[in-house]
Amino acid sequence: MTLPGMIARRSMEAVATLAIIAALLFGGVELIPGDPARTILGQNVTEEAVANLRIALRLDQPVYQRFFDWAAGAAHGDLGKSLLSGRPVGPDFAWRAKNTLFLAGYAALLSLPLAIALGLIAALYRDRLMDRTISLFSLATISFPEFFVGYVLLSVLAMDLGWFPVLSTVDPDMGFWERLHRCFLPAVTLSCLVGAYVLRITRATITSVLERPYIEMAELKGVSRLSLVFRHALINAIGPIANVVALALAYMIVGIVVTEVVFTYPGLGQWMVDSVAKHDMNVILACGLSFGATYVVLNLLADVAAVVANPRMRHPR
Amino acid sequence: MTQMEWNRRSLLQAGGAGLMIAGLPGLAAAQTPKRGGKLRIGLGGGQTTNTLDQTSPTFASPNERTVNYTLFNTLVEIDPDGKAIPELAESWTIDPGAKRWVFNLRRGVQFHNGKKMTADDVVFSLRRHSAPGSRSGAQGMLRDLESITKIDSHKVEILHKTGSLDVHFLMSDYHLSIVPDAQTESNGVGTGPYVLQSWEPGVRFRGTRNPNYWKADRAFADEVEIIVVNDDLARLSALQSGEVDVINRLDPRTVRLVEAAPTLKASIAHGYGYYTVNMRTQVEPFNNPDLRLAFKHLVNRQELLDRILRGYGSLGNDHPVSSKLPFFASSLPQREPDLDKARFHFRKSGHSGAIPLHTSPAVFSSAIDMAVLLQAQAAPIGMEITVQREPPDGYWGNIWMKKPFHMSYWTGRITTDIMLSTGYSGTAAWNETQWVNPHFDEVLAQARTEFDETRRAGLYAEAQSMIRDDGGVMIPLFNSFIDAARKAVGGNLIAPNMELAGGRIAERAWLG
Repeated sequence: MTLPGMIARRSMEAVATLAIIAALLFGGVELIPGDPARTILGQNVTEEAVANLRIALRLDQPVYQRFFDWAAGAAHGDLGKSLLSGRPVGPDFAWRAKNTLFLAGYAALLSLPLAIALGLIAALYRDRLMDRTISLFSLATISFPEFFVGYVLLSVLAMDLGWFPVLSTVDPDMGFWERLHRCFLPAVTLSCLVGAYVLRITRATITSVLERPYIEMAELKGVSRLSLVFRHALINAIGPIANVVALALAYMIVGIVVTEVVFTYPGLGQWMVDSVAKHDMNVILACGLSFGATYVVLNLLADVAAVVANPRMRHPR
Repeated sequence: MTQMEWNRRSLLQAGGAGLMIAGLPGLAAAQTPKRGGKLRIGLGGGQTTNTLDQTSPTFASPNERTVNYTLFNTLVEIDPDGKAIPELAESWTIDPGAKRWVFNLRRGVQFHNGKKMTADDVVFSLRRHSAPGSRSGAQGMLRDLESITKIDSHKVEILHKTGSLDVHFLMSDYHLSIVPDAQTESNGVGTGPYVLQSWEPGVRFRGTRNPNYWKADRAFADEVEIIVVNDDLARLSALQSGEVDVINRLDPRTVRLVEAAPTLKASIAHGYGYYTVNMRTQVEPFNNPDLRLAFKHLVNRQELLDRILRGYGSLGNDHPVSSKLPFFASSLPQREPDLDKARFHFRKSGHSGAIPLHTSPAVFSSAIDMAVLLQAQAAPIGMEITVQREPPDGYWGNIWMKKPFHMSYWTGRITTDIMLSTGYSGTAAWNETQWVNPHFDEVLAQARTEFDETRRAGLYAEAQSMIRDDGGVMIPLFNSFIDAARKAVGGNLIAPNMELAGGRIAERAWLG
């Protein structure tokens, strides 16, 4: 199949996937136990207020009705209003999504080049002191939970040394360099977790490639070590590495609630969690679908990268 | 000791909390407020779903309340002693029977948009909570009011259905902030000390000092910034690193750390809020008064206070009136653990078998721990309690006020009457234990319109003792508000009704 053909087919599949995700989100929120109106209002409320809130949340209408109404709006780019605060979802979503992407991009720039480079070095010097040191370091970072890494960074770099602020509460009107400075600690926290993972996969993939006969052949021909790794090994490992990089990027976009809380960072994660607690369907859908789309798009990009790097995949037998 | 260093140690030196509050006004006066600067508050308990709209059903979080009192005023203010003092209402008159109240509004007060505040604004602001279709949290509170009407441009009449001497206290509630007439969009325009600059729910609020603020001796900082920091450790770290000046909800485990820091101080305010274990009095097994008494007698409240609240709170006496409220019955002896009495009543009740206690983190974060402690405390007299852990979702709908034995909490009410009428009168919608006692209801109704303070106090004391000895609640603890600040922050941060000076920190504190 040609590359454009593949992209076209996958894009159609993506739309279907997102529609299924939207339906699952709707169903999932329906499954949360308890009457949403009562859960939102808590303990001391009047029956009248509960009834009025049920109408505002449109709980008096069947679930499929609410779903199709929302889908019709979303198809026209209208994400609706928050059911509780009445604020339009669009602008808030845009601001928070930008923050989340900024942090993910920042962390990716910090971690991915370093992780891939260290993975290569570890593979090249397999079972030597260098490899062992790198492995120890990466295993340790994977094993520490995010909040622990976050608190240690806060305690040392923000509290003891005072180099960075404790609060990463960014502002729309904040300058680029100040933003970089404020977001450094959360970016490093994300980098530690995700970078170590990418490093280990890189090392494992390159190691297995280096064991293949054609590498031995190249070595016997007298190819230099540098050329061996870059021209012969790395190019053949791009598929798996692109995949893990895509997963890492996706994780940095959708899975950072803990980091957001520790560093008081206004991203999508906290918004989604708060909205689930209050059954605010429109916000949940906007966040949930964008998370789903992140995975779909990044997976597609990873596959494209794999195909581009490996001509054989363009010409299936 | 400087005036504002109200921490646990100085509290002990002062010989108890009573002296603390009583001593404050004089001390605060001795410290001269300073103008200028930017007051930064790190606030726990804010969500991205917060709003500026007082009629929103969820309008109750610390973030919303604090921002609200920064932008708006109410007719009546609660002072640091818990008394009702004039705010936008300059004075009020009460007709005999306490059914008809007339509030005289302050003249020359301006909204942030330049409009003059009049009776039309007040009537609109109060009525909108009970309008058809209202989802306001204040709806229940206002349902005993017959009418709210304008008499002239600066007089508002409020009729109470049965008569009450506490109507002015109601008017201090944060829901009842005064907004411009016919204002339906929540844009933060009020008469309060600061003007809205920016508001990002669950993230940040910024306000600049209202140049026309009608209170001359309040609102000292030029700017106020409220940053939501929900993580306990991050909040404390932000205070320590000087990124914020004040924080709320200090983790009890870190109070000592703050007290030891040379630049920080903790301020602890005994509040009205309490935890309760409800025994439904109309159903098995607690329709048996002896079983209720057995449970009340066996509880070791001090142990709960030390282990659940780390000592930062006060002991409950099985009735819902805080020792900080004016009509608290100090004559009633504090209930101590008495296993002999507990055993006696338990035997007399004839009960046998396990009793499930339903609880959930939805009640409060360590509710499960408290249930486990109670289970252990009940074991020696042979009363078998099993801890039934319920999911937070649906707790208030499916468990609370439904299961025979369950836990609950109240943030308290600003007067003894409101507390007892909302949760304990026979007809109250939130009578959690279905405890009905016609004599109690009579006493309560009588006290509500009793103008003689001594006689009123006597009636409330009787009401409290009835709940204590016969009611269905075991109330072990009242909690405290623990705030922390840089020592450079002056002003009184303590109030019994809410953390951060009752939410009015922006106008009561200053930067030294």
